[in-house]
Amino acid sequence: MAANDLGTLQRELVPAAGPASVSHGTIVLVLAPGELATTARRLRDEFGFDILLDVTAVDWPNDELRFEVVHHFYSTAHRVRVRLKTRVGAAEPVVDSLGALYGSAAYMERECHDMYGIGFRGNRDLRPILLYEGFEGHPLRKDYPKLREQPLVAYREG
Amino acid sequence: MKPMDARSFPITPVAPASARTTKDAAFEYLTTRKDELIGWARKFSLFPYPFVTACCAMEFMAVSASPYDTDRFGAALPRFSPRQADLLMVVGTVTHKQAPILLKVYEQMCEPKWVMAFGVCASSGGFYQNYATLLGIDKIIPVDVYVPGCPPRPETVIDGIMQLQDKIARSRHPVVTERF
Repeated sequence: MAANDLGTLQRELVPAAGPASVSHGTIVLVLAPGELATTARRLRDEFGFDILLDVTAVDWPNDELRFEVVHHFYSTAHRVRVRLKTRVGAAEPVVDSLGALYGSAAYMERECHDMYGIGFRGNRDLRPILLYEGFEGHPLRKDYPKLREQPLVAYREG
Repeated sequence: MKPMDARSFPITPVAPASARTTKDAAFEYLTTRKDELIGWARKFSLFPYPFVTACCAMEFMAVSASPYDTDRFGAALPRFSPRQADLLMVVGTVTHKQAPILLKVYEQMCEPKWVMAFGVCASSGGFYQNYATLLGIDKIIPVDVYVPGCPPRPETVIDGIMQLQDKIARSRHPVVTERF
């Protein structure tokens, strides 16, 4: 099942997007930033991927395109997972929001924005969801100092 | 001896030790006996407020339930209003985002009050050292007894309660002070 879907997806979905592979039973597609919204729409409407499982990112500080935004989808009909990896640079780490396609995207994109500072074009509510107002920086970026604390309550003397 | 009503005690500061009279010594003796009595009463009537944030909660439930039974130490009845509690049990990891809530709960408790740091996360941050975690609740509120362990065994918690009881029994318990 997974192998067939891999062929179909690679043939129809991402002719120019680079290699697709299967990793632990998950189909992995590597996309350019402009392809994300159209790919996600086709995944949902044509291939039956009805659940957006996760939105996260990976920080590769030495790479030219520093951030890899990762979306996971699941098809309850086919019982197949798909992972989309979208590379964006540090200067403008922005991809399209999938909030119009999946309601859950709004919250997961907020978390991704908290932790990695990824912007999501079209998501107008990127307030902190796990962090707090006033938190500076993005703690899961590799250049966030490991021991940096931003306490909300003044520490006691001594 | 005059009756110990409020007017017996002057509002002015206490005289230095060299100038004290026999009456002050008698007062001091009675105060000490009173402290022992009140300490004995207070150490067996701890009303805990469980500030439970993480996995140590399972151990808190275990130590509260009948096999270990903190009721034997008079510390069984959790009060879910800080205004009715005198022992703040901080059970689990406290994050920077949660620290203002913990401080507010502590400030809402009436005197006398004591704080137990339950488990290593509350005591020192435990194995967390990152952007999110408060490295020990003693950074923001005073702690009376630390219970180590991840999570602590029920025996450790009971030992902590007993140490706190000893501390309460040994403390001064001012009921009537110079300033009221």
